Amino acid sequence: MTEFGYIKNGETLSIRGDTCTGCGACVDVCPHGVLGMRSGKAEMLDRAFCMECGACARNCPFGAISVSAGVGCAAAIIKGKLGGGTPSCGCGPESACC
Amino acid sequence: MKLTPLGKDRKETLPGYARLDGRLPGYVAGYKEIAGRFVPIVSPRLTARDSLGDWGVRWGIRRNDFKVAPGLYAIGDPGPSSPILVTANYKLTFDRLRKELEGVDAWIAVLDTKGVNVWCAAGKGSFGTAELLEKIARLRLGDIVTHRTLILPQLGAPGVSAPEIARVSSFRVVWGPVRASDIPAFLAAGMKKTDEMRRVRFRLADRMAVAPIELAHAWPFGLGSVAISFLGALPPDAGFGHRFAWIAVATAGSVLAGSLAFPALLPLLPTRAFSVKGAFLGALWGLASSLLGGLGFGLGAALVLSSAAVVSFIGLNFTGSSTFTCQPGANAEVEKSIVPIVASLVAGVALGVFSRVFGFR
Repeated sequence: MTEFGYIKNGETLSIRGDTCTGCGACVDVCPHGVLGMRSGKAEMLDRAFCMECGACARNCPFGAISVSAGVGCAAAIIKGKLGGGTPSCGCGPESACC
Repeated sequence: MKLTPLGKDRKETLPGYARLDGRLPGYVAGYKEIAGRFVPIVSPRLTARDSLGDWGVRWGIRRNDFKVAPGLYAIGDPGPSSPILVTANYKLTFDRLRKELEGVDAWIAVLDTKGVNVWCAAGKGSFGTAELLEKIARLRLGDIVTHRTLILPQLGAPGVSAPEIARVSSFRVVWGPVRASDIPAFLAAGMKKTDEMRRVRFRLADRMAVAPIELAHAWPFGLGSVAISFLGALPPDAGFGHRFAWIAVATAGSVLAGSLAFPALLPLLPTRAFSVKGAFLGALWGLASSLLGGLGFGLGAALVLSSAAVVSFIGLNFTGSSTFTCQPGANAEVEKSIVPIVASLVAGVALGVFSRVFGFR
């Protein structure tokens, strides 16, 4: 087994084919091989392995990718629900518990 | 004595650290002089102290204060054309990087990520565009090299926008491999990555490397296990020792099952939901230990329910250590599983108390 799948993977990931220039930056930064190139454009090879880290969208020079990036961490989500605010890793600004 | 980061001394005009006499951090092998300035040269060899620290931090020891000073370092004997590798100031990360650079001449620019690893810091934004731009300017990277390329770890990409760096600074970002161990091959190939270098893995060894911290975080459950075993084994008659031992095996064992067996067996456990995988493993453990201990139906059912709850919760928390979970999925799992987990724990404890008090077997 090389890749794991989770729940709701990649549901927020979308590529706008008309804006994509095929530079390949997104393919280069994806840690799960979700994106690939076909006919000079980026395309989704397997949405099921997308963890929505946001690397592709942040590094697309043409704004052709959108994804709602976030942490897939239950502890952060529970903390966010209890304390309010958006879920983020760690226990504080100086903390490394992530 | 600690190294003083650049900027404390206003006379400093070039990148690097003030040279200080006295004891140096173990990772500094000496200083490289550049136009009257001294940049620390780091050793690619980890000392026993480094290795001990790296092992300890996996267990949570000094976890919130395991840092190197952000700034510029040298490894080998770098010059104006040597590559610049950018990294985080978590010491475990820094040690992982330098240990792979035996025989490589390079500059290492360490960003201030507050002691957090590259991937997590990128998610938080501290390994981010603004911090990199600040370090490019403050360390005057443009003055120490003639090229204009920065090599960043690929897992920094959720935080750093390469197009933005190119727009604002004179440097361009090249995304290096995910793992430091691939850097020599990446450099030798002219900064080219294979698909394999691009992929995050979560193999058995990777999963077990992050397991100790789960165990360290699970100590309240361990404490609870001792208390429950004692109370559950009452009254102190002839069977007390037997009951105490087996309830302890079941409850403490469920903490170990959640912290160690769960990550080990992750791909084999049913469904994709970590909480369900955990509930399955926990129930199995509760059943096995109560059957082996001959604890009877009432106590056995109590242990199945409580063990399922504990392992499910520890498993749910492992989403944060995993490399592939997304926020909407984890959110859905939290919303659906917390009530059943709490209900199962309460029911288990109540059933245990009931079966012990009323002698129900």
